[in-house]
Amino acid sequence: MDTLRYILSRFGQSIFALLCIITITFFLARLAPGGPFLDDKAVPEHLIEQMNRNYGFDKPLIVQYGLYLGRLITGDLGPSLGNKGFTVNEVIAEGFPVSFMLGISGLVIALIIGVPVGVFAAARRNTAIDYILMTAAMLGICLPTFVIAPLLGEVFALKLEWFDVAMWENSSAWFLGALTLGLYYSAYIARLTRGSMLDVLSQDFIRTAHAKGVAPFKVLFKHAFRGGITPVVAYLGPALAGLIGGSFVVETVFGLPGLGQHFIKAATNRDYWLINGTVTVFAVLILVMNFLVDVIQAWLDPRTKSK
Amino acid sequence: MISTSHRQSDTIEKGSSLGRDAWLRLKKNHVAMASLWFFLAVVLLCFLLPFAPGIPNPNVTHPDLQSMKPFSSATSIEGEEVFYLLGSDHLGRDILSRILHGGRVSLAVGFLATAVSLTIGVVYGAVSGFIGGRLDSVMMRIVDILYALPFMIIVIILTTYFGNNLWLLFVCIGAVEWLTMSRIVRGQVISLKNQEFVEAARSLGLSQWRIIFRHLIPNTVGPVIVYTTLTVPAVMRLEAILSFLGLGVQPPDASWGSLIKEGADRMASDPGLLIYPAIIFGLTLFCLNFLGDGLRDALDPKSSKD
Repeated sequence: MDTLRYILSRFGQSIFALLCIITITFFLARLAPGGPFLDDKAVPEHLIEQMNRNYGFDKPLIVQYGLYLGRLITGDLGPSLGNKGFTVNEVIAEGFPVSFMLGISGLVIALIIGVPVGVFAAARRNTAIDYILMTAAMLGICLPTFVIAPLLGEVFALKLEWFDVAMWENSSAWFLGALTLGLYYSAYIARLTRGSMLDVLSQDFIRTAHAKGVAPFKVLFKHAFRGGITPVVAYLGPALAGLIGGSFVVETVFGLPGLGQHFIKAATNRDYWLINGTVTVFAVLILVMNFLVDVIQAWLDPRTKSK
Repeated sequence: MISTSHRQSDTIEKGSSLGRDAWLRLKKNHVAMASLWFFLAVVLLCFLLPFAPGIPNPNVTHPDLQSMKPFSSATSIEGEEVFYLLGSDHLGRDILSRILHGGRVSLAVGFLATAVSLTIGVVYGAVSGFIGGRLDSVMMRIVDILYALPFMIIVIILTTYFGNNLWLLFVCIGAVEWLTMSRIVRGQVISLKNQEFVEAARSLGLSQWRIIFRHLIPNTVGPVIVYTTLTVPAVMRLEAILSFLGLGVQPPDASWGSLIKEGADRMASDPGLLIYPAIIFGLTLFCLNFLGDGLRDALDPKSSKD
């Protein structure tokens, strides 16, 4: 009952946060200088006025905001002003799966590499192995995605000729992109895991377990792991948000047809509905992720609920 | 009697301040100290060397001196003697000079945005933690909501406002980067505000603002310094990502991010263009992170993880 109430209140908060985010981006995008119909060529004044009337941009901003919310509830994100003849729904339906899969694969790779490295470093703390692993992790954090990405592309695609960088279809660019993203976040996760595992390992119940003669391996994974992994779970929400931003870079480097390129173009060309639509979709994704993270955390560590 | 008591107080050992203790501990951490000196050297080089004589203008092109090797000197078509310590790029510009000038932009932007985020985060967190109650929960709920904003996306939208003014853009980035800082300071203030010295300040009739700014904030300085050393590299990374996406520094000006982008585009023909800026950028961030870790251990020995 307690858990249910906690989940419900977190759900309500997420909905409220979503409304705030939609409102912030609507006004942020609309108040930006310039407009969607300005071009390098001089466009006659009356044409711009006509376009503005067609799209309803001549109405007061607050009325437009109301209309926008009304449309949003029905799931209609509006027409894309930059991609003639396409709706925002169509653009997002095309690009989002690419960005999403890239982000999720990156996250999975990051967890597969990061968590074991962190646990291992914590178990062998202050040994050469620990120092080497943690220095490597620090390097991974400092060498940004946009350095790793072209290097991986160079090594695997051009030198080893395993993959063809320019092709999305053969899924090689996808793999390289996910690897680039994953390596970066695995470094963070490794450091985080090591730190929290050390916290747990220094507690009394671990000493008790050792004293009882429980096998060290079992102490590490049965007793310490559940507490040690909690901060990592909490980090998954922000990590996914970061992975989405990072995927924009990776998409640029490997030429993947995700939302990144569309979004950057939309922002520079003031494609209002595409900007708002993209932010809304990503905000929903992040909020769902954070919500799931909270629920999982409450299950891992029941004390979270009372906080 | 009086004279003896004087003599006694002379011999009383001088107290060791928190900052001095921390500095002594930091000095024992060789990796952190090496990082500190390296970082200071990079800062000095980037801010002073570009003005030294003999360093060419980073934006002057020599169409006839393209892709020169490192340590080569040549005479340009205008009869000018040019020495390239790290070689030249595809437009005949001096790579070293571009790296130094780019570093100035990257570092300055990192410091600027960090200063803004520091100011907002510390004040916001201190007020929220000290006043407490309903105000605190409203302020922290706002932070929660802002945390859910897709940060990179908001920054890209902000570039549409300040596309041609990098400095304003980074003031704004600082203005969205303060969330974690405010949480850290709030936590500190909450644990401090019930201690005796705050009670003493209250009983002296000091105003709330004076207690916050003169008594509480100075006591949060340890964690704040640590987090600051970690914010600078984070912001520098962000600047590099934006420049990489073509949203930050506009050519012909350079930052480390835009240089890495140029290098990545020409990696196959001229790997040096990518490698040199990537190395200096990576090393600088590496040092800042190590310094941050070292400072955390030095300022709060209890939290030390090893």
